[in-house]
Amino acid sequence: MGLALNGHRTAVIDFDVGLRNLDLIMGCERRVVYDFVNVINGEATLNQALIRDKRCDNLYILPASQTRDKESLTVEGVGKVLQALSETFEYVVCDSPAGIERGATLAMYFADDAVVVTNPEVSSVRDSDRMLGILASKSRRAEMGEEPIKEYLLLTRYSPQRVKVGEMLSVEDVQEILSLHLLGVIPESKAVLNASNSGAPVILDEKSDAGQAYMDVVRRYLGENLPHRFLEEQRKGLFGRLFGG
Amino acid sequence: MGLLDYFRSSRQATASIAKERLQILVAHERAERNKPDYLPMLQKELLEVIRKYVNVDQNAISVTMEQDENREILELNIVLPDEGERKRPNRPDL
Repeated sequence: MGLALNGHRTAVIDFDVGLRNLDLIMGCERRVVYDFVNVINGEATLNQALIRDKRCDNLYILPASQTRDKESLTVEGVGKVLQALSETFEYVVCDSPAGIERGATLAMYFADDAVVVTNPEVSSVRDSDRMLGILASKSRRAEMGEEPIKEYLLLTRYSPQRVKVGEMLSVEDVQEILSLHLLGVIPESKAVLNASNSGAPVILDEKSDAGQAYMDVVRRYLGENLPHRFLEEQRKGLFGRLFGG
Repeated sequence: MGLLDYFRSSRQATASIAKERLQILVAHERAERNKPDYLPMLQKELLEVIRKYVNVDQNAISVTMEQDENREILELNIVLPDEGERKRPNRPDL
């Protein structure tokens, strides 16, 4: 959504076959007719399956299949769809399911860039490191001996208050463990649940801290050099103290 | 409130525990996955050859592979037994 809002024609594919949810988060669940697997099997064309976002003309969603088994995704099939999409879209975002099963391995197989999304929790950080290993060895770029996938870190559900009292891994800790380029930190925010409740991505909520943080992430990805925000506890009067004297 | 205090104090600075645990775990898992899969075989065969000449213990040999940006180092570490014990394994009465 952020890429599309910045004027780039973007398609997003849900790779979580069997557990489709991107449609719900994007608020287009009632407009799904055909899905990713239909396109791979030739039962529908790409144009029939792609859903155009009602809020942003540049954004299209390709939903995952709900009922069929994961084996219906094939390397050749996914490759063909991505090839076709890359002809008309500037960015194709492959939304990977968690885990290291077929959907996840195929979502990253053809990738040029990878954003590893993790939260400051031990299991999440460990899994991220496992994913980095797979990105480095089992992707198309790795198999072809091409330049490796560019990897970025996106840390979500961050609570500066809890970091301060030593209850949560800090962004520096996570970066030190994973040694990745930090794309951004999303603060733990009520706005995220509100956004998914209503099917409007949180980035559209420009007033919220999480929305602004996501927009920063997108702009950094596009090459802008922005300072990281929301890493410190937000207190009333903070600006007064900073600029007052 | 004694019980509550107990839980509170035990929860101090868990982030540093998490960091330490993760650093050890991640380092270990990275070392594992960078190993080529022929290493155990290599270790077994090397051990057989060495045992023809020196009576070394099963655990006295370690093979590790290290990698940095422009080279790979295959490190072979054999601990030889003490002088007195060093004899041909097939002639233990010598």
